[in-house]
Amino acid sequence: MNYWDFLVEYAPKLANGAVTTIGVMVCATILAVTISLVFGLMRLSHSTAVQVTATVYIEFFRGTSLLVQLYWIYYVLPLMGLTLSPFVSGVMALGLNFGAYGAEIVRGGIQSVPRGQWEAARALNMSAAQRMRRIIVPQTFPLILPPAANLTVELLKATALVALITVVDLMFVAKQINATTWLSAQVFGTALIMYYIMARFALTPFLRWLEVVAARKVGKA
Amino acid sequence: MEWRWEFAFEILPRMLWATGNTLLAAGAGYLIAVVVGLLLMLGQRTRYRLINVPVREVVEFIRSTPLLVQLFFVFFVAPQFGITLSAWTSAMITIGLHFGTYLSEVYRGALEGVPKSQWEACRALNFSTAYTYRRVVLPQALPIALPGMGNYLVGIFKDTPLLATIGVAELMHTANALGAETYRYLEPYTMVGVIFLVISLPTAMGLRRLEAAVARAQGTVQQ
Repeated sequence: MNYWDFLVEYAPKLANGAVTTIGVMVCATILAVTISLVFGLMRLSHSTAVQVTATVYIEFFRGTSLLVQLYWIYYVLPLMGLTLSPFVSGVMALGLNFGAYGAEIVRGGIQSVPRGQWEAARALNMSAAQRMRRIIVPQTFPLILPPAANLTVELLKATALVALITVVDLMFVAKQINATTWLSAQVFGTALIMYYIMARFALTPFLRWLEVVAARKVGKA
Repeated sequence: MEWRWEFAFEILPRMLWATGNTLLAAGAGYLIAVVVGLLLMLGQRTRYRLINVPVREVVEFIRSTPLLVQLFFVFFVAPQFGITLSAWTSAMITIGLHFGTYLSEVYRGALEGVPKSQWEACRALNFSTAYTYRRVVLPQALPIALPGMGNYLVGIFKDTPLLATIGVAELMHTANALGAETYRYLEPYTMVGVIFLVISLPTAMGLRRLEAAVARAQGTVQQ
């Protein structure tokens, strides 16, 4: 079977898998961004209890492996009475894991907004919430986005792991086709190229565009 | 399902033995990646476009695709061409290449972090290129490269569970096997998590200390 015939026969299946991969990625990114913001801000809280909670969460998820977390959520949680579908388990594990990394980026970003901005906001009699929302957070976006973009590409790559808990994503479909045809070079090669296209020609340009927009919003373009 | 301590202690020796394999895989993989990264960095820095353009593209490709897919690619494709690679060999090749590309970026960033004026000063003093690298540039690049290099050491360690998927007998593989034998997944998977935490947190802390010590020895202040 030449490569063209292979593509005609199996490309639609792989494309279906890629759609699931994108679905997992989008859901996990939304969860990860939410967690990053919440825990990033918690790390800067004045309350020691809140700070310690956030630190423990972040160190725990950064210190153990994503695959271990994934297996734990999918295989161990049901033993405790919480059964999640493969898709939800995958999104949970990815979101919780990448949220922990993202929280550190958010913390770093907020800390690098110059002191003067905080003081000026206070001088203008803004409340703490107003100051965060209108002065500090908008200025962190241009700082946060470049490292966050790297992390998002890492997240896209990490979605391949959900195949191991039977989510029918690109990697899962590739494994299936490989098991029935043994055309390993064609199938895994094609999967690699598809991941590459998603990362390099779709996700990366989109994130660059976001960076430009964020920079323009705060007048730094 | 309740946590059973006697079962946890029963499987502990096997888990610890597997931890040895995990550490071996991470350590050996890291050493390969450090060398591969150096070669890739040199490949990207040469003047010859015939070399630096393809190397850059390959690095970009490997960095943008999942380690898991690469692992399967190496493990399953080689036999199609009549070469049989063991799970360990495939694992080392993949980890070495994958993290080699990351490390090449770390090295590149570190070298570019040394100010141009340092090079100019060395030229003005009539130092040879080799001498400039050895005595001036590399000692200054090292503290810049160290955090990135440390992160990827821990990163490789945390990615070793993926090797279970092609049959390397490391921690995750052993936990899977124990679960299949005894139908108890709670203890093996939880212990894997704890073992990872117990190793990666002190390692990360030790690396921070090392960075600080090197920065101090170099006379560069770190905040």
